[in-house]
Amino acid sequence: MSEINRRKFLEGLASTTAGIAIAPGVLLYTTQAKAAVEGVSSAVRWGLLVDANKCSKDCNACVTACSKENGLVDNGRPTTDPQWIRKVDLKDKKTGKETSLPMMCQHCAEPPCVDVCPTGASFKRVDGIVLVDRHICIGCRYCMMACPYKARSFVHEAVTDQKPDIPRGKGTVESCSFCVHRVDQGKSPACVEACAAKEGAMTFGDMNDPKSEISQQLAKYPTTQIRADLGLDLGVRYRGI
Amino acid sequence: MGTKGKIRTIIAFFVFVMALAFGGASLVVAADVPQPVTPKGKECVRDAAFMRANHMNLLKHKRDDTVYQGVRSGNDGLKDCVTCHAIPDDHGKPVGADDSRHFCRTCHDYAAVTMDCFQCHTSKPGGVSK
Repeated sequence: MSEINRRKFLEGLASTTAGIAIAPGVLLYTTQAKAAVEGVSSAVRWGLLVDANKCSKDCNACVTACSKENGLVDNGRPTTDPQWIRKVDLKDKKTGKETSLPMMCQHCAEPPCVDVCPTGASFKRVDGIVLVDRHICIGCRYCMMACPYKARSFVHEAVTDQKPDIPRGKGTVESCSFCVHRVDQGKSPACVEACAAKEGAMTFGDMNDPKSEISQQLAKYPTTQIRADLGLDLGVRYRGI
Repeated sequence: MGTKGKIRTIIAFFVFVMALAFGGASLVVAADVPQPVTPKGKECVRDAAFMRANHMNLLKHKRDDTVYQGVRSGNDGLKDCVTCHAIPDDHGKPVGADDSRHFCRTCHDYAAVTMDCFQCHTSKPGGVSK
C-alpha cells in the first residue's frame, strides 16, 4: 500500500466534509461548523461589559427594559418586590467623583449560589449563564444569602399573567438570566438593547471568542470585576469604576 | 343427578339475577357520573391516545431540555399546548387555568389531578416557539 493512496483517500474525505476544494488541499471555503443538535455550547462564555463612564445617573433604561421584558410587576413594595437589575450610585467622599452603574447577577464562573443550593435548582448553564430551575427550587433562599452581589430575589407574592417565555411563581428565587430566552434566539439581553438606544454603556457577547466586541474591549481597556478578591471569575465586567 | 342439575340451574339463575342487578345498577351510575369534556382540537403532536397517557412525560422532557440545554424549538412545549388548545370565553378571549373551561382543566378536574404548571407558567396563549 503506497502512501499516495492513503493521502488521496484523506483528501477525498476532506473535500466531502469540509466544503468545496478547488485543488487538493486548497479549500474555497469551509462550512461553518454548526451544531447538529440545537442547544447551549460550553465553547461559549456569555459576558457583559459595562462602561460606567458612559452610564448616566439619571438613566434607568436598563431597569425599565428588564422589568418589561421579564414581566416584573411593581407592587409598590420595594422591600419584597423582585429586582433583577438595579442602578447603584457611588460617590468617592474624598474626591467627590460620582459613579453610576447597573448591578445584577454577575454570572460567576464559580457561583456561590450554586455551591450552597441544597436541591440543585441553582445551576450554571454550560455557556456560563447562572439560572434557577424553578421546578426544583424550594425557596429556601440559601443562594440569596450566599450571593455577594445581592443579585437574587425571592418571589413573595403570587404572580399572574406571566410572559410565556419567563415562567415566574411565588415561593421560588429568581435573578437576572441574561435574558436567556433572547440569548438562545441570538439576541442580546433587553437591558443591553435598551442601553444601546440611550447611553451605549453595555456590551454583551462571547468572552471566549477573541473576535467578539466584548473580548476586544476587554483586551484593550482595563476592566474591573467587583469583589475580584473572591476569585469568582465574573461574567459581568466594569470599566471606569 | 337431579339435584346436581337443580343446583346448577339455581346457580345459573342467581348469577343471571346478580348480573342484571349489578350490571343495571352500574349502567345507571355511569349515566350520573360526570364525563370529561373532550375538546375539539386539530391533530396534536402525537396521536390522542399517546397524548392522554404521556403528555406529562413529553412536557417534563421538553422542560429539562429547555432549562438546561436551551432547546427552544419543537412544538411539544407547554407554550405550544396552551396556544394551540386555547379555549375562547364568552367574549372570544382565551380562558386561563382559573376558568373550568380551560383545556387542561377539563380533564384534570375530572380526574382530580392537581396541575402545578400554571403556578409559574402562563396558561394563556402568547407565543409559539419557532
